[in-house]
Amino acid sequence: MPKQIILAAHFPGVNNTTVWSDPRSGSQIDFASFEHLARTAERGKFDFFFLAEGLRLREQRGLIHDLDVVGRPDTLTVLAALAAVTEHLGLAGTLNATYHEPYELARQLATLDHLSGGRAAWNVVTSPGAFFGENFRRGGFLDHADRYVRAGEFIKAARTLWDTDGGDFHIRSSQFDIEGRFGVPRSPQGHPVILQAGDSDGGRELAAEHSDAIFSRHHQLADAQEFYRDVKDRLARYGRTRDSLKIIPGVSYVLGDSDADAQEKAQHIRRQQVSPQTAILLLEQLWNRDLSAYDPEGPLPEIDPLVDEDDTIIKGRAGMYPDRLKTANEWRARAEQKNLSIRDLIIEVTGRQNFIGTPDRVASLLNEYVQTDACDGFILVSHLTPTGLDDFVDQVVPLLQERGVFRTEYQADTLRGNLGLA
Amino acid sequence: MTLRFAIALNGASFEAADWISAARQADEARLDFLTFDDSFGRSGPDAVLVASRVAPLTRHVGLVPVATTTHTEPFHLSTALATLDHVSRGRAGWQVRVSADPAEARLLGRRAPLDFDELFAEASDAVEVVRRLWDSWQDDAIIKDVATGRFIDRDRLHYIDFAGAYFSVKGPSIVPRPPQGQPVIAALTHQPQARERLDVDVYFVTPADVDSAAKIVRQLPAAKKVFADLMVYLDADQETAIRRRAATTSDAAVFAGTPAQLADLVAGWQPSGIAGFRLRPGSPADLTTITRDLLPELRRRGLFEPSSATTLRERLGLPAAVNRYQEAARA
Ligand SMILES: Cc1cc2nc3c(=O)[nH]c(=O)nc-3n(C[C@H](O)[C@H](O)[C@H](O)COP(=O)(O)O)c2cc1C
Repeated sequence: MPKQIILAAHFPGVNNTTVWSDPRSGSQIDFASFEHLARTAERGKFDFFFLAEGLRLREQRGLIHDLDVVGRPDTLTVLAALAAVTEHLGLAGTLNATYHEPYELARQLATLDHLSGGRAAWNVVTSPGAFFGENFRRGGFLDHADRYVRAGEFIKAARTLWDTDGGDFHIRSSQFDIEGRFGVPRSPQGHPVILQAGDSDGGRELAAEHSDAIFSRHHQLADAQEFYRDVKDRLARYGRTRDSLKIIPGVSYVLGDSDADAQEKAQHIRRQQVSPQTAILLLEQLWNRDLSAYDPEGPLPEIDPLVDEDDTIIKGRAGMYPDRLKTANEWRARAEQKNLSIRDLIIEVTGRQNFIGTPDRVASLLNEYVQTDACDGFILVSHLTPTGLDDFVDQVVPLLQERGVFRTEYQADTLRGNLGLA
Repeated sequence: MTLRFAIALNGASFEAADWISAARQADEARLDFLTFDDSFGRSGPDAVLVASRVAPLTRHVGLVPVATTTHTEPFHLSTALATLDHVSRGRAGWQVRVSADPAEARLLGRRAPLDFDELFAEASDAVEVVRRLWDSWQDDAIIKDVATGRFIDRDRLHYIDFAGAYFSVKGPSIVPRPPQGQPVIAALTHQPQARERLDVDVYFVTPADVDSAAKIVRQLPAAKKVFADLMVYLDADQETAIRRRAATTSDAAVFAGTPAQLADLVAGWQPSGIAGFRLRPGSPADLTTITRDLLPELRRRGLFEPSSATTLRERLGLPAAVNRYQEAARA
């Protein structure tokens, strides 16, 4: 039997993937938007709905970033409400291990698991720096190097609490010293599903030791296959089997009546995603300098990026460029060779629309990724709130079902069960 | 003048169906709001999540979970309650609680418990931070201006820059301003500090009779809404109710009798100047008797009229919430 594909629906986020300038784009905060996407995902028999989180509004050059969608709901509260309008769909929320405490969060996740009948999932993230800390009691208390120490101890503590079945606990580790009685009996999943979304060696190791799935950003076939091998190879060290950890990259797609039509639509969306102002801003994220004086329709800067990872121009978003100088030189060479303006280049290099074509072609590509071990499924990131997944559910899901690689009915009662996890 | 009626739910069920059934009963009876009890030390679900779970399945009833300020992050409290307000389209509230229990402190592992003065000083700061964060987005912050490529006007978002003895919070909120602007904040006022320190809209008080109710109302600021807490055992015959009450003791007055007798009590207390009652059902069956028998009886007597207001603030007669930062910007 071929591998079965995991599908998840990412609520459009606060970055330039989400196109707000389109007349069809809806509210990022009205509950109706969340309800529409969740119901659509459930109609398509998706595994889960996914929410990202950021504990401070993003800033660039010391100013609140204003070019992308800004603002989103509290993760757990909106997931609890979505449990009321769906029956089978998993409800996955991103929650930061640095700025929560185990008793409170484990209690909330177990509550969500109970109130949703076994559909809760936690995407564990850590904070890249002290920027978020200014909104919290302890400030930027945690060294960057210790982010995964805390995250690992946090997950262990949460599982210890869940395992008490409403009984006594005493947890002592480098980060935590807590004791008492956990006020929640065993929830339907026992352990809500754990996802992880860090990419460093520490992040991968944490995933190999503790998590059920990884939300990855590796979406080019060869790169994704290498990532897949890398993390699955780490599992044996923890006595885990290769299929006990699912790899699910975030990807986007564009459908058309023909492949050419889809390409044309994709180009149009890319231009919507990269306004002239956004082009400069994205360039600044690599250059790490104020480039506001540059013309988005003109050539790339001749000055080099500033390499100072302790003082980056963008705050509230994970670092994306391991080697700024190298990437800048690649971009300049490419712009020169193809005679691209700043905006044209940014449109080319920052996109992640890897699945473009007719529904049939997209279904084939997705399936190829899964069958060739580039991943175990996808978190689909659409560009329109909240209707962006409608066409995928109507046109691609039936083709995956025909190929026998995606469920036609939910098989299990819990998210864990539907994901094929023990 | 019609009184407003709330019910205090203190169930510990982890079954969504139990909460949905209670909330729907209250909603259909057009009860004004529900409070959801909570504390870290109890066995029971998180109250904010329970309130959110029932929000899409109800249309009228206000949803007021208890959340503790001791040990928690004011930032998380603010965003969770703002989200409850978005999810319920303007029906959210918050009953503030502090925790003096050393055993609860050990669950969270943060620090030894404080005395009541300090607990309420911290709670007061937490309420201030929560309120500032709700205002940190002006209602008109989202502009979607295609010409300049801007989704928001960042001048309409505000750092709250709160710095106090217990924490500092920078802001702005990550959640756009809730539909009510300021969801309703309530507190039970057993400790004098709760009255003196907390900037709340609604007080839950526990008078023994109409005279003590009147005295309490006179002592509190006139703009605040005062709800008398009353524990109730309701049956078609008084003897059954009294038998069920048995030796129940409570911080609030305990009533046992028929719906008609309770309506008499309500009529008797009305002149005290209270805004209404928060009834604490002695058992789940009493909730049903309240919604099925008591509320219709009160309506017949003109003591209760379902409100047509869509937000909880409006329903309680609270003024529209003025945004402190918008006002400051205008001044
Ligand atoms: C695909 C992906 C999605 C992420 N989503 C979030 C998010 O929603 N919120 C957040 O605070 N961090 C998010 N992160 C950041 C990571 O959790 C982590 O903090 C960051 O990658 C730094 O860890 P690392 O050094 O292991 O990469 C995401 C990372 C990846 C790769």
